[in-house]
Amino acid sequence: MKEFKYVITDPEGVHARPAGLLVKKANEYTSAIKIGKGEKSADCKRIFGVMGLGVKKGEEVFMTAEGDDEDAAIAGLEAFIKENL
Amino acid sequence: MITITGKSVFGGVSIGKISFYKRDKKVVKRLHVEDTEGEVTRFQSARATAIEQLKKLYEKAMDDVGEANAAIFEIHQMMLDDLDYIESIENIIRTQEVNAEFAVATTADNFSEMFASMDDAYMQGRAADVKDVSERILTILSGAGESGVKTDEPAIIAADDLAPSETVQLDKDKVLGFATMYGSSNSHTAILARTMNIPAVIGLGQELSEKFDGRDAIIDGFTGTIYIEPDEATLELMREKQRQDQEQRALLEQLKGKENVTKSGQKVNVYANIGNIADVGLVLKNDGGGIGLFRSEFLYLESSTFPTEEEQFVAYKQVAENMAGKRVIIRTLDIGADKQVDYFNLAKEENPALGYRAIRICLTQPEIFKTQLRALYRASAFGQIAIMFPMIISVDEVKRIKEIIAEVTEELDAAEIPYNKNIELGIMIETPAAVMVSRELAKEVDFFSVGTNDLTQYTLAIDRQNPKLESFCDTHHPAILAMIKMAADNAHAEGKWIGICGELGADTTLTEQFLAMGVDELSVSPAMILPVRKRIREL
Repeated sequence: MKEFKYVITDPEGVHARPAGLLVKKANEYTSAIKIGKGEKSADCKRIFGVMGLGVKKGEEVFMTAEGDDEDAAIAGLEAFIKENL
Repeated sequence: MITITGKSVFGGVSIGKISFYKRDKKVVKRLHVEDTEGEVTRFQSARATAIEQLKKLYEKAMDDVGEANAAIFEIHQMMLDDLDYIESIENIIRTQEVNAEFAVATTADNFSEMFASMDDAYMQGRAADVKDVSERILTILSGAGESGVKTDEPAIIAADDLAPSETVQLDKDKVLGFATMYGSSNSHTAILARTMNIPAVIGLGQELSEKFDGRDAIIDGFTGTIYIEPDEATLELMREKQRQDQEQRALLEQLKGKENVTKSGQKVNVYANIGNIADVGLVLKNDGGGIGLFRSEFLYLESSTFPTEEEQFVAYKQVAENMAGKRVIIRTLDIGADKQVDYFNLAKEENPALGYRAIRICLTQPEIFKTQLRALYRASAFGQIAIMFPMIISVDEVKRIKEIIAEVTEELDAAEIPYNKNIELGIMIETPAAVMVSRELAKEVDFFSVGTNDLTQYTLAIDRQNPKLESFCDTHHPAILAMIKMAADNAHAEGKWIGICGELGADTTLTEQFLAMGVDELSVSPAMILPVRKRIREL
């Protein structure tokens, strides 16, 4: 399993549009991908779960990937999240 | 062939099927089913259809309003692809042995409740998205078309009359024309038709009936006639008329990118009036120099509770950004009179046009006003936003507004939230009182904008919603023109500028007089930008 942590800098947090893009990105990989904040976590391939976390600016999220393409998934998602969030 | 005559509100010819506006009265019943797998299949096929619809909407919105505005339809698709959502519906069908409709409605309630209970105003607003996508599935399951407009194909929308909140929610791409039984040429349907450049006939009376739903028809917006199941000769004639009209419009297209300048070199700004974010596309398409009147009411009309600061901020910011540095004049809340919103709990009044409305609500309930002002000031960091206040009758009101603004800016400063420190503030000139004290008002503000619809109503003591009074309503009444001139002279005497944002601003028979008065800006519906430019360049 691979993972990384990141503090959200987007002033609007993980709102609908970036959440949508993030889910789309996660679905490019076969690995099981989770996104979480504090105690809570959600399947990153499901938009309701991601939006349901209600991540705001300044909050730290963690992402994990487990599966055949976990290295690629973590690298891809980390790049994406730094660029967009 | 059936011919019905009414009153034209916008020229042009449209040919298509009639779609009778259906008021949404969907009630979901819980039904016991034996064949649960059959219900799951029904749900899955409705879901597939909904996703197809959303794909089309997304593509259309990309063309019309750009990627940022279209993204919502992609998110709606993802919601329908969400496994939690799908599993919840399928589980309810299988475990409770109920119909798909009930399972969808229950799931929609649960998921929207999840958003509604979040502590973030933006996320709370997403509850509406869950309801919206679920509603789409329910509509497909019920076998009816989309709510409001029945077909996916563009159609002539027929109705008894349309309320402002209904018109703002219509998908404009699906409207070929309007035909209504009631309404006057100043009604909201009429104003919307002009904004959208769509042929419209109103006041057709009860001859226009729901039984014509789905039939072929032609609207001749020039003569105010609707033909139902037209014969071949009429169809031929109308096609020719439509062709000529389109040629005329193509001519106007040539005026795009040209300056609004008279032969003698007098320049005037031609801006657009809009009532929703989606209209920004129309403004840009018609080469508008800015937005002279952005009615903020849609945020309140489309919502079932007071829109939050965050929701308003996002909307204002988006318009400011899309207009890329061009001036965007946003009018603060103008609820009351003919625009009613349930959650404001406004008492019934004998005389609503003279009643508790617009700035009067804002000054009485400053918490509503402050929310809007904070959103506007925050958004001002993202473009050239100007703010204007409706229904002003005295200098004292402007001073009270400024006191509230001072509180807002102090709070923003304290929180180190950026905003434009030189934001332009203006007022609507729409009461005779404001005209009479316009010299004093001009000392307090940066600009005036004349709202000719209300100014006409208050000057002539004529209710503009009453079709019986149309023969008495001389919109070119010398009293009104004298009022506009007085306001213009007083604005200029104090070195301020003045615009006209009411319907008269688009009246090209008056353009010459307005220019003679030195009017600095005309704000018109997007479809009228180029005709007004044409007129200016002829002078």
